[in-house]
Amino acid sequence: MGEVTVTSTSSAAPPTPGSPGGPGASGASGASTASGLPAIPSQGGRGPVPDVPQPPRRTAFAEGVDQLRAAATTEPGRLRIIGALLAVLVVAFGAVTAWQMTDRSSAADDVLHNSQPLSSAAADIYSSLADANTAASSGFLAGGDETATSRDRYQRDIRNAADKLSAAATNSAPGSESATTIARLNKLLSEYTGYIERARANNRLGFPVGGSYLRLANDTMQTRMLPQAEKLYAKENQRLRSDYADATSYPWAAIGLGVAVLGALVWAQRRNYQRTNRVLNHGLVAATATATVVLLWLVAGQSFARSGLGESYDHGIRSLNVLHDARIASLKARGNENLTLVARGAETVKLSDGDVVDTYDNNFRTEMTALGKGLTEAERLADDQPGKAPVATAVGGMEEWQKRHKEARAEYESGDFQQALARVIGDKGDKPTGECFDSVDTALKTAIGHEQTEFAQAAANGLDAMTGLPVGAAGLAVLGAAGAVLGIGRRLSEYR
Amino acid sequence: MRGGVTMNAQRLERSLRTGLRVLRAGLRGWGGVGAMAAVCALAVAFALLLPLTQPRGVGSAGTGGQGVAVGIQASAAAACRNPQDQSPEPSSLDGRTIEEIKSRADRRLVVGVDQNSYRWGYRDPNGGRSAELEGFDIDLVHRIAQDILGDKDAVKFKAIPTNQRIPALKDGRVDMIVRTMTITCDRLKDVSFSAPYFLTGQQVLAPKSSTIKGYDKTLDGKRICSAKGSTALEKLKADKAAKKPAVATADIDKTVPSQLDCLVRLQLGQVDAVVTDGALAASQAAQDPTVELKGNTFTTDYYGVAVKKGANDLAAQVNRILEQYRQDGDWQKSYDTWLSPTLGSESESAKPPVPRYK
Repeated sequence: MGEVTVTSTSSAAPPTPGSPGGPGASGASGASTASGLPAIPSQGGRGPVPDVPQPPRRTAFAEGVDQLRAAATTEPGRLRIIGALLAVLVVAFGAVTAWQMTDRSSAADDVLHNSQPLSSAAADIYSSLADANTAASSGFLAGGDETATSRDRYQRDIRNAADKLSAAATNSAPGSESATTIARLNKLLSEYTGYIERARANNRLGFPVGGSYLRLANDTMQTRMLPQAEKLYAKENQRLRSDYADATSYPWAAIGLGVAVLGALVWAQRRNYQRTNRVLNHGLVAATATATVVLLWLVAGQSFARSGLGESYDHGIRSLNVLHDARIASLKARGNENLTLVARGAETVKLSDGDVVDTYDNNFRTEMTALGKGLTEAERLADDQPGKAPVATAVGGMEEWQKRHKEARAEYESGDFQQALARVIGDKGDKPTGECFDSVDTALKTAIGHEQTEFAQAAANGLDAMTGLPVGAAGLAVLGAAGAVLGIGRRLSEYR
Repeated sequence: MRGGVTMNAQRLERSLRTGLRVLRAGLRGWGGVGAMAAVCALAVAFALLLPLTQPRGVGSAGTGGQGVAVGIQASAAAACRNPQDQSPEPSSLDGRTIEEIKSRADRRLVVGVDQNSYRWGYRDPNGGRSAELEGFDIDLVHRIAQDILGDKDAVKFKAIPTNQRIPALKDGRVDMIVRTMTITCDRLKDVSFSAPYFLTGQQVLAPKSSTIKGYDKTLDGKRICSAKGSTALEKLKADKAAKKPAVATADIDKTVPSQLDCLVRLQLGQVDAVVTDGALAASQAAQDPTVELKGNTFTTDYYGVAVKKGANDLAAQVNRILEQYRQDGDWQKSYDTWLSPTLGSESESAKPPVPRYK
């Protein structure tokens, strides 16, 4: 509504306010053609210097730069440039947002549907192997004709481990460290089952060499296989953590670009206001609004996703890791408890204080300490009643286990092997330690199931917070760019 | 084997020649230092081989081994010649130790045994809840309990690891050890022994199809398994250091925690032969029909009942029991039950050793 205030640009550029004769609503009133020069040739500010004969053509780039420089000397030219820049900025903002959020969303999706299940599968391989070893030694202790329960348990564990291993092999990149570990585990698994079968066969015949085979199998498991399984588990956990980091990192490029876009839009409108005294340019306002929406959505969505994922990590993954470790410790402890009775002093270890003790009893104590520590930590991490309850049960089971183990050990030390055996693998009436182990194991499995659910819920919430953001951002950015172009075009048309 | 004087002389000559070669080689390369080393090596060779040129003592079955064993033992305990002859005369008098045992609330003999030695001391895994320990050592323990306490089952069996046999006695955790324990001069420093109740020696165990014939050249380049801390491993190391033909090129680094683990390695093809006490080798052979003892024993070892050092009343009492055990034929009965199937009735182990007391 005001007049076109021509801020005389510093240089000696000829001010060429295009003739106002356009269909502009208000019509720039009496554009004071400041200098006497008539606005003849430079229609649209394209042909740069009309009078001078053109010098020999130079490179397209140099020519383009010249054209641009010349364009910048006229207001429509400047508007064109501003319009183009705004459009590019808005579109770039949308594109970067879409790209960065797609990355984060897919990382979050990986956490939920890929790396966590893989980490969980690795933990399963680990615990299946440890469980198989425990079941094998329990069955062995029962005599050549082992019980159906222990045989089934052993077979299920081996099958489970083999299944999970082949699944893990499919999921690992060929030649990767995980693939090597899996291949090694596969080889060792067949070696291990071979030893177990030999142990069983000799045990059936009543030969003590069966016990030697079982110790060899146990040694293969504990010193060669479980460390590999642990490595695989650690590797998958590392991948999980890096997916978490990818999913929760702030999209700084998008945010920075968003702020820059808003700044540019504000500047363009302020400039527009200063030149035309018109406050609102619909196109630019629309562009500003969409850019603001995208920016807010981006920040809010990412923050919600972060909090959801953070929760899934704190309440799910950390608990799961601690619980898995505790379960492995309990399985190893049980295996060693059995082996003490199989080995009957065949192997000893010298402690740092010079005492020589039974290797397996010593390992049992080490694992029980690890179990105790793990359970304390799990109790601390459990954040709700359904999570706390099974851990408390496991703690109770472990305390009873330790008490009974001491009694069984005393029977063994006093030379009553049969009684000691009954106190370890006997029937309910004997109050065997096996009962306590089972209760600890069941409780830990329940706790793991619960934390798994917790994790999945929180992570899904986090993932949901990002839903639609990439597509939305892209769409809105296109709209915003259109708005900016239209807004500038509106202004530009006043010069025609 | 027995008329070994000429053979031994040949061997001496061979080693002399080797020594000279070493001397020459040494002089060429290293001058004085090499010569000194060669002279030392020669001196050691002489010290070790000299006893071989003399006629053998009674009851020794092996060939070269005995000399080295004596040499080693002589340096370890100069005073101790025949460790198996250091036990007190048999007596049925109750001393302090036996009275202490008899006056216990839990009137049982506490005995350290092996529970994994087939035919010596083991538990049948298929015996169910009533499975008892059984074997040659266990028979002896029951006999001792019968004679001292009047009840053959008044025994508390404790599984004692090999390397815990002496500490267990010293700490008073057990009254005696009946666990295929060889009487040696070194052990006599820490514990007392009864008179020997079994004669054995180191022996080679290998698959029947193997080319290995015994403790000799047929072991060239073979992998030999022995238990950590065992007499067998010590012997192998000493022979390897002395470049004895049997083990000069053999790999003796395959050691396992317990001798029975050697059978596992043998069955898995990870080793070619096992060296252990003949008695235990026989126990391994009894668990696998495809392996057998190869050649004769190449050392002479005696098993004894170990008691706490200075518990002479108990040792004397055990000696008396052993005397009767041999005389009434129960020793033989036990041997026929447990060991005859693998050791045979012709073995030098098939008869109880004749004791000599201090």
